[in-house]
Amino acid sequence: MKLITAVIKPIRLESVCSELEKAGFSGVTATEVQGRGAQGGRTEYYRGQEFSVMFRNKIRLELLVSEADLERALDIIVSTAKTGENGEIGDGKVWVSALEQIIRVRTGETGEAAI
Amino acid sequence: MEAADMAWLLAAFAMVLLMFPGLAMLYGGMLNGRNVLNMMLMVLSALAVTGVVYVVIGHGLVLGDSLGGAGIIGNPFEYTFFSDFMTDDEAGGTFWGAFYILFAAISVALVASGAAGRMKFGAWLVFVALWIILVYCPLGHWVFALDNPETGTVGGWMRNKLGFHDFAGGTAVHMNAGAAGLALAVVLGKRKMSPGRPHNLPLMMIGVGLIATGWMGFNGGTAGGANFMAQYVILTTLLALCGGMLGFITIERVRDGHATMLGLGTGAIAGMVGITPVADAVGPIGALMVGFLAAAAAAWAITWKRRHQIDDSLDVFAVHGIAGITGSLFATFFANPKAPGEMAGIFFGGHVAELGHELIAIAATLVYSFAMTFAIAWVMNKISPIRVSEAEEEAGLDNSIHAESAYDSRQL
Repeated sequence: MKLITAVIKPIRLESVCSELEKAGFSGVTATEVQGRGAQGGRTEYYRGQEFSVMFRNKIRLELLVSEADLERALDIIVSTAKTGENGEIGDGKVWVSALEQIIRVRTGETGEAAI
Repeated sequence: MEAADMAWLLAAFAMVLLMFPGLAMLYGGMLNGRNVLNMMLMVLSALAVTGVVYVVIGHGLVLGDSLGGAGIIGNPFEYTFFSDFMTDDEAGGTFWGAFYILFAAISVALVASGAAGRMKFGAWLVFVALWIILVYCPLGHWVFALDNPETGTVGGWMRNKLGFHDFAGGTAVHMNAGAAGLALAVVLGKRKMSPGRPHNLPLMMIGVGLIATGWMGFNGGTAGGANFMAQYVILTTLLALCGGMLGFITIERVRDGHATMLGLGTGAIAGMVGITPVADAVGPIGALMVGFLAAAAAAWAITWKRRHQIDDSLDVFAVHGIAGITGSLFATFFANPKAPGEMAGIFFGGHVAELGHELIAIAATLVYSFAMTFAIAWVMNKISPIRVSEAEEEAGLDNSIHAESAYDSRQL
């Protein structure tokens, strides 16, 4: 069982989620986060004074998958979260961690059956 | 008083009252989310304390017969406790008593700009009471109290002896608040952390809108009735609002490369500040220019303040002090004698000597306001420190001194 975490541009959220759903991955958690990488921050102006804003708005997606479905899910996320053909700085990152246990609240099912 | 006049004045009163939540939102929206409630408290409690002080002693100090005929301060024993106002004097005295409370209160509420995020709340309340009595009342007397030859009442020196033209309190309200905000900021010292961005600009914009609407009542009500003067000053106030919005964003576009919403809102206020002393004395084009120039001057003045490291957090000196001076000076040169104020600027055939009177009035207002406000804050600070502790300041005053939070989540 694996946990996929993806930090993506907010504007790609709708496409990523609809592609995941089409492929059979219907469960996903999304949170609004702020972060930065190579993209850096931005400058804003308030009454003539410059303010450097360190972070950019991103969306963090979390997805539970079985080992068998892992590659498929990653391909979908990476290809849909990319901006345009060649991608842009700020498109984000995806990472995978191993999960010890999953439990479905309604039924008490555990392990892969709970995905 | 005619019923029609009183009807308008009562409506104007309600509009001016809107300026208080308006100012609370304007100031609050510009601070970070941890000090917004404290600022709103300072603005609204300014009205609360002023109401008490003014009823006890304030109205006599402003409108009472000048002590010794000197034109410096009115008789504090007139109108005490507002007991006279329980009977109808047929001249709207009761209404004016209430209206004057709002004028005094908005003046001191503006001064909260100099205290943002770092003043003890109890100290603010005491400061408000002392400031109304020692700073606002004399300045109000100088410019609002008229000589009355029939009753032998002597009014303020600036209005009567100097002949200074101030329609609705550009000096007593705006230049006064500007200088006082600066003095308070100097005594308190800078905020420890960098101020951060405004946390809620849409809230600030709602505040600007309420204040602009209220200003129509502020200037329109000062006209004294449902008359031509009220028509005229509402028109010029609107035009100054328009010019003001354009003036600020023009400077921003040229200087910074962007026009901003904060700039447009600030310009709107600065424009209306500029027209407040001269709404009855300039022509329609003049009103547009007053707004434009007052806002442009405020935009420049804001950068001056930053270079000198004075933490007048919400720029009351630039937006109210400098803009008020600009509007006043404009009229000295360009007042149109065909306007109901019947004042002739130097370029319309007025006397050059008027410029001297103008400068004396401005200087007297700024110097007195700054010095007396500084003295009040400094003495208070010596008796008991008026600034919060560093830990309280870092945590944000909403949390540390009011045990409240405005919002559930925080933005980085």
